[in-house]
Amino acid sequence: MPTKNLAGTPVDTNDEGYLVNRSQWNKDVAAALAAEEGITLTDGHWKVLDFIDADFKEKGAVPGMRRMNKVGNIPTKDLYALFPDGPIKKAAKISGYPKPVSCV
Amino acid sequence: MKNLIILGAGTAGTIMASHLRKKLAKSDWTITMVDRATHHDYQPGYLFMPFGIYSADDVRRPMKRTVPHGIDFRETDVDRIDAEANRVLLPDGTALPYDVLIIATGVHPAPDQVEGMVNGDWRKNVHEFYTFEGAQALAGRLKSWQGGKLVVHICEMPIKCPVAPLEFCFLADAWLQKQGLRDKTEIIYVTPMSGAFTKPVASGILGKLLDEKRISVVHDFAIARVDAEKKAIVSWDEKEVSYDLLVTVPPNMGAEMIERSGLGDELNYVPTDKHTLQSKAHPNIFVIGDATDCPTSKAGSVAHFEAEVLTENILHFIAGEPLRSRFDGHANCFIESGHGKAFLLDFNYDQEPVTGTFPLPAVGPMKLLGESRLNHLGKMAFKWIYWNVLLPGLPIPFIGHQMSRLGKNIPPQDLKTAA
Repeated sequence: MPTKNLAGTPVDTNDEGYLVNRSQWNKDVAAALAAEEGITLTDGHWKVLDFIDADFKEKGAVPGMRRMNKVGNIPTKDLYALFPDGPIKKAAKISGYPKPVSCV
Repeated sequence: MKNLIILGAGTAGTIMASHLRKKLAKSDWTITMVDRATHHDYQPGYLFMPFGIYSADDVRRPMKRTVPHGIDFRETDVDRIDAEANRVLLPDGTALPYDVLIIATGVHPAPDQVEGMVNGDWRKNVHEFYTFEGAQALAGRLKSWQGGKLVVHICEMPIKCPVAPLEFCFLADAWLQKQGLRDKTEIIYVTPMSGAFTKPVASGILGKLLDEKRISVVHDFAIARVDAEKKAIVSWDEKEVSYDLLVTVPPNMGAEMIERSGLGDELNYVPTDKHTLQSKAHPNIFVIGDATDCPTSKAGSVAHFEAEVLTENILHFIAGEPLRSRFDGHANCFIESGHGKAFLLDFNYDQEPVTGTFPLPAVGPMKLLGESRLNHLGKMAFKWIYWNVLLPGLPIPFIGHQMSRLGKNIPPQDLKTAA
């Protein structure tokens, strides 16, 4: 399991770069993870990350696109603008949660 | 007298009615089943209609032939479930009180959820095959097909019968060859997933098969809209795939009645305990089949296996006992691969589909994740089994609701972690 240094914090990740231990996550780690994706976090990004965090704590899963729209009030268009190429996967990674499993 | 109500007379609802009527004394329990449909469709048969393999008569029977004896059947829509008052409200104002409620209202394609999908071209050059009307319209369209770009497309997951769009590609490939149109037709498979299927081992094998059949794949494509003028589907990141004929799988939504009742999630699926099948919100409401949010396939085989578990758990519930029967997510799917052959998948919540033999180790006679003629015969025989064994709630030999690991080539590292 790779360990790397993000924003001065050692974190454990899986091979795809997702954190395996969310207790190692903080806002600076998020900014560093975002930077790896070429993203500078703004309030718009944080609205998404905060929703994922709250929803994960409630449901135990990273919310899908439709849930982001309907429950989080975040339009798909905005998600693609904020996190280009696979917004859910990228936002999940930056928020320190696992890669969403593809539905069956 | 106590009341048990089943909402939905599809595969799951009908099997439950068959099981429970045998278990609950008529002197104690009235069983009411509610559905607005006048017919019961063999939904796996829709796939074969566009290619003329099945006709309308193969897939459709009047409801009065499939509703089990001793069931009070109401042919009506449902306004909503009033869960606090334990009653179902019908549009004409009738209130049906219940002691136990089973929600089996399934999912349906919702093309209006995608911008521009239901346009002037709908059912002309833009089709779906998950409804009787859709499969019939597509059969008509294929009759005049002269070649061009055939795009087979999934809007978003989850969908009913997740292997069906792949099967459609394989059957189209074989059918086009027969018509002498294969060389004039480009088949493109467009999916929001990163590969051909949801599970890794099967995805690899099926991906290879697409390749062999010269079907190109566009993956990670999240549709934003259909541009009817350009005849193209457009993704949120502005990728475009043009089509002459688009065969799409629209988003699969649960019943609107679930939303009106305040019982669903964002797709109108009912949050359900994936092992006991009890709804998470109300102990006397149970959910089965496509209507649940359980993380397994939305498929008839799942409804069939769930029905055995749910029957036991409803009897436990009525007796005031803990819900001891547990569903493991077992799904069993045939995949038509064209030219009279098929694949077979068998999996559950924890075990992805792997290669092997089914239902017995070594003997088989069917092959898991391998192509064979016998698998195809199994799929075709299933229509008879569906009407005559499955709906009446009779047992199918050797195939239980708990997935068996026997005969499966499970990698050693997975066996260690398996319970």
